[in-house]
Amino acid sequence: MNATLTSKKESITIYLKDTFNDIGKVTLFATRFFREVLKPPYEMKEFLKQCYIIGYKSLPLVTITGFIMGLVLTLQSRPTLAKFGAESWLPSMVALSLIREIAPVITALICAGKVSSGIGAELGSMKVTEQIDAMEVSAINPFKYLVVTRILATTLMIPLLVIYADAIGVIGGYIGINIHGDVNLYRYLSQVLESITFSDIFPATMKTFFFGFFIGMIGCFKGYNAANGTESVGKAANSAVVTASLSIFIIDMIAVQLTDLFL
Amino acid sequence: MTEEQKIQNPSTDSNTAVIEIKDLHKAFGTNEVLKGVNLTVNKGENLVILGKSGSGKSITIKCIVGLMGIDKGEINVFGTDITKLDNTGLNEVRVRIGFLFQNAALYDSMSVRDNLGFTLKRHEKDLSEEEVENQIKEILDNVGLVEAIDKMPSELSGGMRKRIGLARTLILKPEIILYDEPTTGLDTITSREISELIIEIQKKYKTTSIIITHDMPCAKLTGNRIMILKDGVIHAEGTYEELEKSEDEWVRSFFL
Ligand SMILES: Nc1ncnc2c1ncn2[C@@H]1O[C@H](COP(=O)(O)OP(=O)(O)OP(=O)(O)O)[C@@H](O)[C@H]1O
Ligand SMILES: [Mg+2]
Repeated sequence: MNATLTSKKESITIYLKDTFNDIGKVTLFATRFFREVLKPPYEMKEFLKQCYIIGYKSLPLVTITGFIMGLVLTLQSRPTLAKFGAESWLPSMVALSLIREIAPVITALICAGKVSSGIGAELGSMKVTEQIDAMEVSAINPFKYLVVTRILATTLMIPLLVIYADAIGVIGGYIGINIHGDVNLYRYLSQVLESITFSDIFPATMKTFFFGFFIGMIGCFKGYNAANGTESVGKAANSAVVTASLSIFIIDMIAVQLTDLFL
Repeated sequence: MTEEQKIQNPSTDSNTAVIEIKDLHKAFGTNEVLKGVNLTVNKGENLVILGKSGSGKSITIKCIVGLMGIDKGEINVFGTDITKLDNTGLNEVRVRIGFLFQNAALYDSMSVRDNLGFTLKRHEKDLSEEEVENQIKEILDNVGLVEAIDKMPSELSGGMRKRIGLARTLILKPEIILYDEPTTGLDTITSREISELIIEIQKKYKTTSIIITHDMPCAKLTGNRIMILKDGVIHAEGTYEELEKSEDEWVRSFFL
């Protein structure tokens, strides 16, 4: 009885130690990013290539999810609003929930799944097969070439993808509304645009930069620090998704609190 | 055969040490891998390192290019102790060293052309596209694989990968080349071709090399001198013929 208690205590201590250890390592990794990002030479070509892969190649996925988000949100909210006789608020409500919360978080989660795991697996396999060491010995800074470019690309592309998802979601909402009635596009759009204020757009956009940064940073961190052996590539990809998704929720929570405080 | 070897191996300049390792210690946790390695490689010489799997051969040459921090000791390359250099200083030394990885470590996402061009373009920025292309072709010609220029690494066989890896190592015309098992996993004919390539490179570019191998014909052909690593120290040293006739049975067992 006593023995199991001590061993439990020990395993908790080890778990906590590992967690804090990891947080320390991630912080160092992020610090290194900020130290190297401004120093020339800039890896422009690789950065643009990553923007293409992370941004453009995610468009189909984001289009489908964005459209369904708008559509489903409209269909689900209608009965509730109808109960209060507030059906005419439907466009405003859908647009607000989409732009403030749903599109940023869902798009970021989708990208955590697609982009963060992709980066984790790519860098992980480069690490395991000594490609990162090969760059290092040919006097090329692998951190700059691989990590800095990818983190910059996600930080820039995720916000753009979210804005795109906002727009697609609004279109989905329009179709959702017209399943049950006939609202003309001009009235729908003007209602949507009227309801959105700066204080809705600004914090929602700001947090997507953080989502993007963390999606890239965690993917790179997990891949770059993969252990030896092929199975660690899978582990790196997997734990990149889990950690990135979790951090998206945490950032979102913090963002909501901050928005409440200041706006 | 002694005659043949003398003809194939150009004489070495035994006066100037290019690589000098003194009392190198390296441990991973409680696993003490290197416990005081001392070795010297002279200019123009091919030094072969033998040793059982896991004895720390790869670790030793990784320390020479600063891929790993060391616990104790000194590693002088071109007369400077690289363990005391910062990253900039280390990179200045690294461009003069070629490193062939055990598994070639080709960049999977790039074609053969880009694998070679990647390093070249970054270090010789004033080359025109055409000059880069010409240099890549020249180096590929050296390893006999010009036709593979547009292939991706995944389309290459093991032997081809090793050669492309070697070509990538050569692209900056290094003064030192560190080969980590250049012939392992290849058939005897290809192994021999690679060994001959190593000698050709030694002659053509006047390089100094360390060759890690388990392949005795390769050691015999390419090595001017052989060292055997055991229990974290250099256990025996000499020419192929000397070690083959060694008093020590364990040393002789490598040559059976
Ligand atoms: N990154 C590392 N972390 C921990 N231990 C390591 C690491 N790299 C190597 N080792 C250990 O160091 C020892 C020597 O490894 P090394 O790769 O130098 O062997 P080797 O002589 O090259 O063997 P082989 O002929 O199989 O390539 C091994 O016991 C290995 O477990
Ligand atoms: Mg090895």
